[in-house]
Amino acid sequence: MIEEKFASGQSFIHKLDPKTRIVAVIILSFAAALCDIFFVAVLYFIISTVLIVMARLNRKDVIERIKPVFWFLLMIWILIPITFDGQILYQFSWLKISGTGVILCCKITIKSITILLLFTSLVATMSIASLGNGLHKLYVPDKLIFLLLMSYRYIAVIEDEYKKLLRAAKFRGFRPKTNLHSYKTFAYLAGMLFVRASFRAQRVHQAMLCRGFNQKFHSLDIYQANRFNFIFLIGISAAGLSLVILEKIWI
Amino acid sequence: MHISEGILSGQVLSAGAVIAVAGTGIGLKKIDYDKIVHVAILASAFFVASLIHINIGPASVHLILNGILGLLLGFAAIPAILTALLLQSIFFQFGGLTALGVNVVIMAVPAVLVHYLFLPLLGKSSKLNFTAGFLAGFFSILFSSLLLGVALWFTDKNFFETSLAIIMTYIPVMIIEGVITGFCVTFLLKVYPEIIPKKL
Repeated sequence: MIEEKFASGQSFIHKLDPKTRIVAVIILSFAAALCDIFFVAVLYFIISTVLIVMARLNRKDVIERIKPVFWFLLMIWILIPITFDGQILYQFSWLKISGTGVILCCKITIKSITILLLFTSLVATMSIASLGNGLHKLYVPDKLIFLLLMSYRYIAVIEDEYKKLLRAAKFRGFRPKTNLHSYKTFAYLAGMLFVRASFRAQRVHQAMLCRGFNQKFHSLDIYQANRFNFIFLIGISAAGLSLVILEKIWI
Repeated sequence: MHISEGILSGQVLSAGAVIAVAGTGIGLKKIDYDKIVHVAILASAFFVASLIHINIGPASVHLILNGILGLLLGFAAIPAILTALLLQSIFFQFGGLTALGVNVVIMAVPAVLVHYLFLPLLGKSSKLNFTAGFLAGFFSILFSSLLLGVALWFTDKNFFETSLAIIMTYIPVMIIEGVITGFCVTFLLKVYPEIIPKKL
């Protein structure tokens, strides 16, 4: 389940310093999130697809990855046009479809896909360890990075525990249904998960102390400082800034 | 429970980010290095618990359990939830970067509230334990859906009906989370009472 599908690659994006990529994704995502004009949002969408192409990711995997968003967008497309006020596009007895609502839906669709593509191309293309490294260089508190790396490391372990517990329940003839017994079983299962997590944490902590853990992780990734990082960041900032200015002039 | 990208206004996004940063700061201060592994691995358990699907008739919902995490961790639940949400957005693309702050507020603020409201009721009698657990689960989802509604409503007053519809759809989830949290708390108190903090 937990796999860093995009983290290994040889593209230009993969070779950029994590720090550069984090800053770039923050600038572009917020600029895209705050944009209010459909045409400008399309430009951000184009930038994000260019980045995806540059990262040379498997297209099928990328589409697979943004699938959950389509369900959400479907819900939006059903809900908003009929509940929104404003200019009426089409009226079918009591059902009014609002034009403003439809425009809003278009904007939301393109913006959410854009932001997800940006995140996929720039952040999902690094390992969690590199992400931690990048965040550290950006002065994010060490404790938070510790939490991130540590809980990432143990998700797979805890998931194994969950599968073990579920398997044991199934061997005993448990079939999930809509009744109190099923809920109780799942509650005990979740409870056991927390108990095992806590025990595991004690053992891990003791083991780390035994090995002289001094509250620091050292990264083995070495990214060469080269001018491409700088140029990339300048390029991204210039693109973001010019689109923001374009939007201001437009209004 | 997530708000997707591209919906909320700049003001709501930045308010969410500011509250999330402040909360994370307080939370991190309350975690010392002796406890940090515990918080981290409970965050992984919270992540995994959200993969458990529960049937309601023909449909199914996934557990959220921010109530339990809140009861166990208090303020430390904020950085834990931030971590879990960040990992979720890296692996599954649920929610993303710009809405991360708001999503942390939606999930974590109720967790902290529930900690201070219902933890004092635990450990007195077994009936009260279940009730307190139920209320913790129920109210954590109720508060979360209210916060989600408020975030939408502040973005655009036209979202009012949508917000109401969303809160309505969460009512069955509130009840299920309540029942699950109730059983879960009684289970924890029987099996491993040390995991539940003694005092506030």
